[in-house]
Amino acid sequence: MRARVFLVAACALLAGVPPPAAALDRAAVEKLATGDSEEKLEAINALVAEGDPRAIAVLEALGDGGLQAAGNRVLIVKGDGATDALTGAPVAPLPADREDVVANNRIRGAVAAALAVLKLVSPDRDTRLAAARALAGGADETVLPLVRRALDKETDPVIKAMLELTAATIELKGGDRERRLAAVRTLRQSASPSVKTLLLSVVERGKDGSFAEADEELRREAQASLTEVEGRLAWGQRLGLAFAGISLGSILLLAALGLAITYGLMGVINMAHGELIMIGAYATYVVQNLFRSHAPGAFDWYLVCAVPVAFVVAAAVGMALERLVIRWLYGRPLETLLATWGIGLMLIQGVRTVFGAQNVGVENPVFMSGGIEVMPDVVLPWNRIVIILFTAGVLVAMGLLLAKTRLGLFVRGVTQNRAMAACVGVPTARVDTWAFGLGAGIAGLAGCALSQIGNVGPDLGQAYIVDSFMVVVLGGVGQLAGTVYAALGLGVVNKLIESWQGAVIAKILVLVFIVVFIQKRPQGMFALKGRAVEA
Amino acid sequence: MGPISATFSRLYGPRGWLVLGAVGAALFIVIPVFALAVPPGSAFHVSQYWVTLIGKIMCYAIVALAMDLIWGYAGILSLGHGLFFALGGYAMGMHLMRQIGREGQYQADLPDFMVFLDWKELPWHWSGSDQFWWAMLLVVAVPGLLAYVFGYFAFRSRVKGVYFSIITQALTFAAMLLFFRNETGFGGNNGFTDFKRILGFPIATPETRVALFAITGAMLIGTLLLGRYLVTSRFGRVLAAIRDAEQRVMFCGYNPVHYKLAVWTASAVLCGIAGALYVPQVGIINPSEMSPANSIEIAIWVAVGGRGTLAGAAVGAGLVNGAKSFFTQAFPEYWLFFLGLLFILVTLFMPNGVVGLADRLRGARRA
Repeated sequence: MRARVFLVAACALLAGVPPPAAALDRAAVEKLATGDSEEKLEAINALVAEGDPRAIAVLEALGDGGLQAAGNRVLIVKGDGATDALTGAPVAPLPADREDVVANNRIRGAVAAALAVLKLVSPDRDTRLAAARALAGGADETVLPLVRRALDKETDPVIKAMLELTAATIELKGGDRERRLAAVRTLRQSASPSVKTLLLSVVERGKDGSFAEADEELRREAQASLTEVEGRLAWGQRLGLAFAGISLGSILLLAALGLAITYGLMGVINMAHGELIMIGAYATYVVQNLFRSHAPGAFDWYLVCAVPVAFVVAAAVGMALERLVIRWLYGRPLETLLATWGIGLMLIQGVRTVFGAQNVGVENPVFMSGGIEVMPDVVLPWNRIVIILFTAGVLVAMGLLLAKTRLGLFVRGVTQNRAMAACVGVPTARVDTWAFGLGAGIAGLAGCALSQIGNVGPDLGQAYIVDSFMVVVLGGVGQLAGTVYAALGLGVVNKLIESWQGAVIAKILVLVFIVVFIQKRPQGMFALKGRAVEA
Repeated sequence: MGPISATFSRLYGPRGWLVLGAVGAALFIVIPVFALAVPPGSAFHVSQYWVTLIGKIMCYAIVALAMDLIWGYAGILSLGHGLFFALGGYAMGMHLMRQIGREGQYQADLPDFMVFLDWKELPWHWSGSDQFWWAMLLVVAVPGLLAYVFGYFAFRSRVKGVYFSIITQALTFAAMLLFFRNETGFGGNNGFTDFKRILGFPIATPETRVALFAITGAMLIGTLLLGRYLVTSRFGRVLAAIRDAEQRVMFCGYNPVHYKLAVWTASAVLCGIAGALYVPQVGIINPSEMSPANSIEIAIWVAVGGRGTLAGAAVGAGLVNGAKSFFTQAFPEYWLFFLGLLFILVTLFMPNGVVGLADRLRGARRA
């Protein structure tokens, strides 16, 4: 191995490649190692101004505390080995009188900025992108020439746009008039909150009422840019809000869909619905643990397996409930409500006994972590996106099931007129059981989805029960469309008010709104039209 | 429920009055004497724990009576009665907080939690809370007004059945969220506690406790008689008719809205009074009293005792809460199993509750 390295080095020498020793500024590196804080800062600036990528190693070492000085030699120590900071040549044996070069916080900050600048010229695109991002926060005029130089070489449009904004920010702070005007115009393209703050500082009045910026044209331009940046920021905010609303709506929809079916069909309120959601979440947890212990390699795919398992487990529990309890209470909806509440309590305590009262951890698979960054401060998380798509899929499947299958036909028939359906030979009792199982299974799917975005604990269902009732009440029964509109509407409205008044007030206002809405339309938004007076 | 003429003829028969008198004697004479006059070492001594526990359960029994009035006799199942109970409790709690004076932890004029939040003066809704009569007015008026307004809109648009139940649940849930906020001005999570005195008397002495106990007992018997009077009157008959066939009652020329609204508001006021009696005895009120789970538990007290029997509802409250005290001490992990099972078994097998069961046994013996 070592022989090969020698061989390569020799070849390089023979081929006339300049030896790597000749480049770094000796004075700067020495000052970096032995000078006081001020001198060190100067040295960092000097190294940055040179723009030599080899300075990266030295600065990184300074940042991590791996830089040592021995006399006037400067060493980069890594583990047991060391290299000379100037030449990059290995140093062995290590000199005995070496001392750590200490860096205080101010110097560390300068080192971080300097590293970002130096990495701008790295050949690797991701490194450059990260460096450009780091610089976008706060850079001062010392790095401006380097940013300009990097700009000349940069070909990637994303990085280029970022660097242009950074350069403009620096120039606006302290350049001549023409440059500042140009900078203000460049900043127009930004969508970042820090640019907004910067532009605000140009157009603001001071405490005594005079403008901090004397130049009127500049102020006018800045105002124009500010309006545009603010507009873009507002759009970003609106986009984020709409996404959050739709995301909440999709969760509500998933939680309420099963409830809407059973309520529409049988007129009973299933108070244990929240607990069926909880069971779905715990089923997901169990599947996750099985994958972790038996098939760690396929861990990322546990969710694909958990979806059907959650559906089947919850559906089985639901069908058992229907057979054992709810069936015997037909025609007594209020008693059904109480009995299902009791079932819910027992399920909660049962889960608590088996799994413990603490929340259990359900991990996101890799493909569901992270998100898409649409704008500097608007990130759409993948898990939410997946849940929205999942909800859409469940909805379509439900729609097809109700519209195209024999069971769907029966369910619709019994919902519209139970007695007449029974007369023409629909086995209403069996339809009830299957439909209840279907509703419970969808609750299980909701639990599976919820396990990906929140805590999984025995009380999980309780948090969603009131909300999903509200969706059903608002949407009316008998039609999927009502549930969909109600869920999405509630989600978006909730998030809108939340951004304006906070989460608790939003929830209260939404509940009050529903109570008032029911006054106007006691049957919800989409009631089945018919002449049935009242049951 | 037999023919109307049999059930609704008079307040109580001679046997009923006898039982009522015995209960009254136990509440006003036996327990106070055993608690105060008999020394702690004696076998007949009733400890403070029991006085407080029975006092608390009697407050629950008043709530159960109020619930039975609307559920048993008007067919309206409220899942939000805990809200009215808690509102009465909060109105009383505000007054008790003011009675602490400067003896709180911070020795300030304001209640401790306000000092903690760095408030400088009392918020507007606290004005007048240092007056006992004002607190009593709030105890009645706040639950009453809220119930009236809510009920007016709900009954006018003929919201009923499970829809009504669910909306009342949403109402108490929303109120719970509101009271959890510190900015609402009711102590947030912690609510009110650490009371020192009531009407100038120190709140924790045996004498005050027994006095509160006796007042609660009087209120319970009063509520029972009032309820009985209501349901045996013409008003009560119309209510039962609305419960059984609202359409027909309307076609007979009655407007059910007024009847429902009256009994609904009365029920809420009774709950508020029960809450006001509950707080000084238990010594704490916080937003968890408004949780939907608490309200739905009230329904099971009534169901266990027997719907539409009044006295049965009070008995049911005693049975369930007695069992709760026993279970949460002896087997805390089984309480929810027991409660859940109770919900299921009572609805499935005992539609008329304990009272119905007793009637059936008596009928079987006679036959």
